[in-house]
Amino acid sequence: MGDTILRRTPLFSEHLASGGQMVEFAGWEMPVQYAGRGVVAEHEATRNAAGLFDVSHMGEIVIDGAGAVEEVNHLVTNDVSTLGIGEACYALLCHPDGGTVDDLFVYRLDVERFLICVNASNKDKDFAHMRAYALKPSRVVDRSGDFAQIALQGPKASEILELVSPGEAIGLPRNRIRVHDFHGANILVATTGYTGEAGFELYTPPEIAADLWRALLEAGKPFGISPVGLGARDTLRLEMGYALYGHELDDNTTGLEAKVGWAIKLNKPHGFVGRAALVAAKAAGPRKRLVGLRMLDRGIARDGYAVWHDGVEVGVVTSGTHSPSLKCAIALAYVPPALAELGTVVEVSLRGQLRKAEVVTFPFVAAG
Amino acid sequence: MSIPAHLLYTKDHEWALVADDGTVTVGITDFAQEALGGVVYVELPSEGTDLNAGETFGQVESTKSVSELFAPISGAVAETNDRLTTEPELVNSDPYGAGWMVKIRPESSDFANLIDAQAYEAHVAANGH
Repeated sequence: MGDTILRRTPLFSEHLASGGQMVEFAGWEMPVQYAGRGVVAEHEATRNAAGLFDVSHMGEIVIDGAGAVEEVNHLVTNDVSTLGIGEACYALLCHPDGGTVDDLFVYRLDVERFLICVNASNKDKDFAHMRAYALKPSRVVDRSGDFAQIALQGPKASEILELVSPGEAIGLPRNRIRVHDFHGANILVATTGYTGEAGFELYTPPEIAADLWRALLEAGKPFGISPVGLGARDTLRLEMGYALYGHELDDNTTGLEAKVGWAIKLNKPHGFVGRAALVAAKAAGPRKRLVGLRMLDRGIARDGYAVWHDGVEVGVVTSGTHSPSLKCAIALAYVPPALAELGTVVEVSLRGQLRKAEVVTFPFVAAG
Repeated sequence: MSIPAHLLYTKDHEWALVADDGTVTVGITDFAQEALGGVVYVELPSEGTDLNAGETFGQVESTKSVSELFAPISGAVAETNDRLTTEPELVNSDPYGAGWMVKIRPESSDFANLIDAQAYEAHVAANGH
């Protein structure tokens, strides 16, 4: 590896102070877990109390001005014209051939103002894609530098946020976004998240992020809050069966195959980039299907391991781990549609040895 | 970091204890368990398996990663620690005791791969981090 300078979020010092073990992720220096805690403890804290995540590396793209609704609807698969102000939805960005550029969240901040949160690893790619395909490119602005982002997730998240930044978002259903105050500054509080627990994603000016982080950790202490690194972020989302771009979704995979067809509104007026290809793909039927796997034999199926059936290699594991909540090995994998039925027994190649696994439904755990 | 003086070690961060009856008990060191993080799964060979020094004989896994276990000596697996099937975290909490992994009946008394505690400590200081 060369002398790449990794980017640091405004919370870098906070992570070091909490014993964060820093690793490279998407060009950023991020905590994978914290000393004295670890992936399993951080995961369990989020499910039982509250977890605090630095997600400032994510990208924020703003589309606003006259015609913003049409613009966003042209670029993403979901129908944002049905979003009220302060509402949000999950959507995909597609290539004209139907393959996925990224998965993202769209927040309607105002009548003609949208905030789109994209994966850190795809931010530049997404921005270039949007600019290339936009009806009016100047409407699309990369605002990532204006935002830090903190996620507060878990059954105690509302109580903790109430103490630090009370406001309208507390008590709202999922997929809403509101403005709250924190020490005189405006922060956006969204009832969205990547863990399956109730909670918030807080979009803040970078200058106040460290203060907010410390305030939440302090207020959350009696509730059992824990800072949470990327390791547990992955085990949490995997238990929910949420896609991670680069694994369940990529340039060569459609949202239909990844079981997120519900976020693709083929019949919304005026269409969107990739619509024609997805209509054809839907008619032709999927080439592969995303399934959940539960290991029957010993061992942990992991990303990239081959899936076998009847002596033939038929598919691949896209994500896999030991589930801290279920205490067993779980995985997501692509298999031929014929093998996607629940209960089908397949084999996963664990370093050359075939171990049995069963096709199961996902989410693997119930949402909080 | 603990490096008990009475044990022998390998450069792959394993320890070996030679018993009176000649069998050699093997596990991973305190340095290794700390680097690995929380162990959630251990894969060990079945009893009777023949091992060759330096070759992989199993894996120790965290939620995020898989680490190979290398046979420190050649011999046959006499016993494996069944407790690790249900309590893999013993590798973290007691790497030199209850977290032991296999007992090997050595082929010979040639333990060329094994170094003493002092040499292992120097190895960790030079290469470990």
